[in-house]
Amino acid sequence: MTLDRAIAGIFLVLCLVYGYTAFVTMENGLLPFERNMVFLPNTMPKWLSVLGVIIGTIVLIQTGPNAQIQINDGEINYRNIRNYKLTQAILLIVLMISYALLLRPIGFIGATTMFLTVGGIVLGERRFKFLLPVAILTTFIIWYLVQELLDIFLKPWPSFF
Amino acid sequence: MLEGIMQGLEAALSIQNLIMVVAGCLIGTFIGMLPGLGPMSIIAIMIPVAIKVGDPSAALILLAGVYYGAIFGGSTSSILINAPGIAGTVATAFDGYPMARRGQAGKALTIAAIASFAGGTIGAILLMGFAPVLASVALLFHSAEYFALMIVGLSAIAAFTGSGNVAKAIMMTVLGLILATVGESAQFNAPRFTMGISDLQSGISFITLAMAIFALPEALYLVLDPERSNTTGVGNEIRDLRITKSEAKQIAPVIGRQSIQGFLIGVMPGAGATIASFLGYAVERNIAKGEERANFGKGSVKGLAAPETANNAACTGSFVPLLTLGIPGSGTTAILLGALIALNVTPGPRLMIDHPAIFWAVIISMYVGNVVLLILNLPLIPYIAKLLLVPRNYLIPFILFFTMMGSYIGQNNSTELLLLTGMGLCATIMRFARFPLAPMLIGFILGQMLEDNFSRAMNLADGVSFMWQRPMTAVLLILAIMLIFLPSIREMFAKLR
Repeated sequence: MTLDRAIAGIFLVLCLVYGYTAFVTMENGLLPFERNMVFLPNTMPKWLSVLGVIIGTIVLIQTGPNAQIQINDGEINYRNIRNYKLTQAILLIVLMISYALLLRPIGFIGATTMFLTVGGIVLGERRFKFLLPVAILTTFIIWYLVQELLDIFLKPWPSFF
Repeated sequence: MLEGIMQGLEAALSIQNLIMVVAGCLIGTFIGMLPGLGPMSIIAIMIPVAIKVGDPSAALILLAGVYYGAIFGGSTSSILINAPGIAGTVATAFDGYPMARRGQAGKALTIAAIASFAGGTIGAILLMGFAPVLASVALLFHSAEYFALMIVGLSAIAAFTGSGNVAKAIMMTVLGLILATVGESAQFNAPRFTMGISDLQSGISFITLAMAIFALPEALYLVLDPERSNTTGVGNEIRDLRITKSEAKQIAPVIGRQSIQGFLIGVMPGAGATIASFLGYAVERNIAKGEERANFGKGSVKGLAAPETANNAACTGSFVPLLTLGIPGSGTTAILLGALIALNVTPGPRLMIDHPAIFWAVIISMYVGNVVLLILNLPLIPYIAKLLLVPRNYLIPFILFFTMMGSYIGQNNSTELLLLTGMGLCATIMRFARFPLAPMLIGFILGQMLEDNFSRAMNLADGVSFMWQRPMTAVLLILAIMLIFLPSIREMFAKLR
């Protein structure tokens, strides 16, 4: 199965679930007086789910089992994804998730310094005498700009401080 | 009127107000470059400063300068790192970023600066001449026409698709519209499609989705294919900043057309810079022929000049309903309206009569603001463009970090970061399969406005009969259908030939 067909299939399932929620779940949750109203919270979702199912089916048929995706220069051929730096990409995604989970518990300064340093290491940077000062300096500058000048609160240190 | 203009001129050219406009443009440009901080956030942040200034003309001039600066700053991040900080500069990235990848970042920024300047200046001239007249035309548009106008905006997706890709583009638009229905809508307090996650109650943030669709896949592509950074201009020298005579000839008519079109769209409350830039891009692509059309999306100077001119002209146009009717045409002008009320000035038809100095000082400061932006930004371009010379090992973590910061700052919520990562991953996979991602964002941006106007129009007409009973609505809907089918009809004719 081609990737675009798989995506169209997932979209179709999403629209069916979305449509079920709009036509059945939300409809059952309506209050008696709401049933006579012209426009309801599920009116737009109903239209969208029908449109989505139609267009999802069209894409599914158009892509077909043997449809080929044209790969232009500079684009990535997903069929040979192993030939690319997949490990680095996965590690960076894991790092982003870790940043999201650690930002509150260890504070902005620690989480951001860690993210920028480990991110550089994952990409192959080994000159720590440059990497670490750049990461620390940037972290403090950004924190100062956002917190002090823009007055947007960013908790700098871990919760126990 | 002449007396009012003279009073406005005197006020706008006072030392204090000149300092205000310069400061506003500078602050707006630099903060606007940070993805996640669009004009709305920056103006909101600057309101306490404006109130401290005290003088309403000076305060409004400062805020208007910030507004222009932020729009230009947003274009800079769109062109250099494919991370549009605001919805109005998403279309700028379509051709601006490919130009930067080809090592023409300097040239792209120059074209953006010139187009912004021209769009803003022509818009200011139009505002001066037509403000009172246009305000009455804008009142003719009701929710049914706005609904139809949004559909035209969505059908502009046809402009983003190559042959045979229309269905995929519509699919992505519908996905964007579906995402826009998550959370509480303006009319109903009940949460929808939140799956019990309380953080989704206020909906998905536009910034998070924009970052997930544009910045994150681009950063992941750079990680996956290191050769890409060499071929894409990251690391290339910043070449010539000057634009050639033939390029100037190409963009001149685009600037002329889009200044007027962008301004007119900006006048309509609810439309604004976003629709103006997308429609500007769509119109220019559709009227281009042969090779010129094929070049759209691959670094076309016309494709860059069109949205840049249109969004700045629309910014100026959005002041028409604000100053003459007291109706904010966009989120940004709504914040400006709040600032004006805080300064004891009530915008509306009486503003021109009661406070002519304020009214005209703001309009004249728009000329000054555009000149200041051009003078400040053109010499700064080589320094701004050097951002691309940062080594890959440092650049990529920084892009990822700024992407996450943009998303986090808006909501101050870690869930946004997880949402960003998840949606970014999905967007990257969809990009592998050549699904056009821009229509998804257009659908998302227009979704909320579309539902609001659809609801009002249906309530007024007691059903969907407004679609054929109101002539202007019917014409706009027919135009939308034509826009969707135009690529397929063209393709069919080409095959027949």
